[in-house]
Amino acid sequence: MAKIHVTTKINGEPIEFLCDPSETMLDALRNELGLTGSKEGCGSGDCGACSITLDDRLVCSCLMLAAEAEGKEINTIEGMAEGENLHPLQEKFLEEAALQCGICTPGMLVAAKALLDQNPNPTETEVRFWLAGNLCRCTGYDKIIRAVLDTAAEMREAAQ
Amino acid sequence: MTDTQYVAPQTLDEAVGAFAAGGDDARILAGGTDLLVQMEAGVVSPGVIVDVKQVAELTTIEETADSGFVVGAAVSGAALEEHPRFGEVWPGVLEGFNLIGSTQIQGRASLGGNLCNGSPAADSVPAMVAAGAVATIQGPDGQRELPVEDIPTGPGSTCLAPGEILVSLTFPPRPAGSSDAYLRMIPRTEMDIAVVGVGVSLTIEDGVCTAARVGVGAVAPTVLLVEDAAKALIGSKLDDAALDAAAGACSAACNPIDDKRGTVAYRTKVAGVLLKRTTEIAAERAQGA
Ligand SMILES: Cc1cc2nc3c(=O)[nH]c(=O)nc-3n(C[C@H](O)[C@H](O)[C@H](O)COP(=O)(O)OP(=O)(O)OC[C@H]3O[C@@H](n4cnc5c(N)ncnc54)[C@H](O)[C@@H]3O)c2cc1C
Ligand code: FES
Ligand code: FES
Repeated sequence: MAKIHVTTKINGEPIEFLCDPSETMLDALRNELGLTGSKEGCGSGDCGACSITLDDRLVCSCLMLAAEAEGKEINTIEGMAEGENLHPLQEKFLEEAALQCGICTPGMLVAAKALLDQNPNPTETEVRFWLAGNLCRCTGYDKIIRAVLDTAAEMREAAQ
Repeated sequence: MTDTQYVAPQTLDEAVGAFAAGGDDARILAGGTDLLVQMEAGVVSPGVIVDVKQVAELTTIEETADSGFVVGAAVSGAALEEHPRFGEVWPGVLEGFNLIGSTQIQGRASLGGNLCNGSPAADSVPAMVAAGAVATIQGPDGQRELPVEDIPTGPGSTCLAPGEILVSLTFPPRPAGSSDAYLRMIPRTEMDIAVVGVGVSLTIEDGVCTAARVGVGAVAPTVLLVEDAAKALIGSKLDDAALDAAAGACSAACNPIDDKRGTVAYRTKVAGVLLKRTTEIAAERAQGA
């Protein structure tokens, strides 16, 4: 079967790769590009563990074809920290123990960052609705919601 | 793995050409939130996937001179929500559309995909039917227009001929005092499939309902336009008697399935209840419009 050649940008880096026409972006990230931070929880859009941004829009990479990345900008969990410096959301998740097994965490972080990028001051309800497509079997969600709200507050303060 | 091809044409003519050439197992890809789920489940294995998101007509939102709207069939829920005017004029259509899935799904899901997937429980469709939205369709033999309610023909099927692509949805201009609303009943509060969905669009002049349309989902093989319910509202002051009559007409139109989400009796009753609640929300919005 003829492979498709895709030219794209991932976490700010220009990247070229080959994929099968029906391969998902999630499979391309994990299997072709070695970016295994995005997880497959369900493969059907229900769990959010595969969350990435596509031209700044939060999407499930399991419901996107790798071929669709052509000419786009993709951001994954691997692009969140700057070198050794964790993103404030990552720091806060660690500090407040907002994870247990960690499978949902990359998706939670990518989704939460997408929220704070467009709304630096969300209400608790807004955070809960925004993250409704990110399932977690471990934490019971409260610590995650709290960590996002606390990060938002700190980032607002730091920006002043 | 089957021998799939992926194409992303830049123009509508090229898209129609590629789709028609692909024959029976060609599939249009908009947001992929139905198609990729079906592909991953092995229910569908397309020969050719025609990604229509490079085609301008399918991805733009245009407000016409008479303040109607033309919404590209592949515009995402997130993009329509960001439009400065659409949600003011058609809050019911937008709320139906925005109920689909999570933030991630909203980043991709489209009105065209919701309609063409042909689910009787598709959340944006009753509101589009109530809105009187008209679908523009382009195929190898040219262009045609159809009311949204004429597109689905049964669960998972539409009247689109081979090679035909849904291009856009046109929402008519609205007189002052008009608004709309959509409500669905689901067993959970989020991320679930409607047991009943009701869209109501109406116009109120001097306290009297002068125009109304009602669309109902998940209670028959296709989303229904319920003209008898609208007739019961038109000419009334939306008093209890009119609402009761409209609710009765709405329940009478139901021909639902019995399943774990809801029995026939339950769906039929809830359709009437939701009709009343949706009408009240649309009326309240219309007073301010
Ligand atoms: C987790 C999850 C939750 C969901 N929740 C809901 C919900 O609450 N309510 C609801 O109604 N739906 C829901 N859905 C279903 C789905 O998201 C919607 O139906 C969505 O609107 C489909 O749009 P799309 O652009 O992703 O369609 P696609 O998957 O791209 O296409 C759907 C079908 O329509 C065809 N098609 C698409 N565009 C065109 C066109 N322009 N012309 C001709 N054919 C076309 C495709 O070939 C395909 O067969 C959910 C899905 C997921 C994964
Ligand atoms: S793996 Fe994509 S949503 Fe679950
Ligand atoms: S920490 Fe285990 S699923 Fe969320």
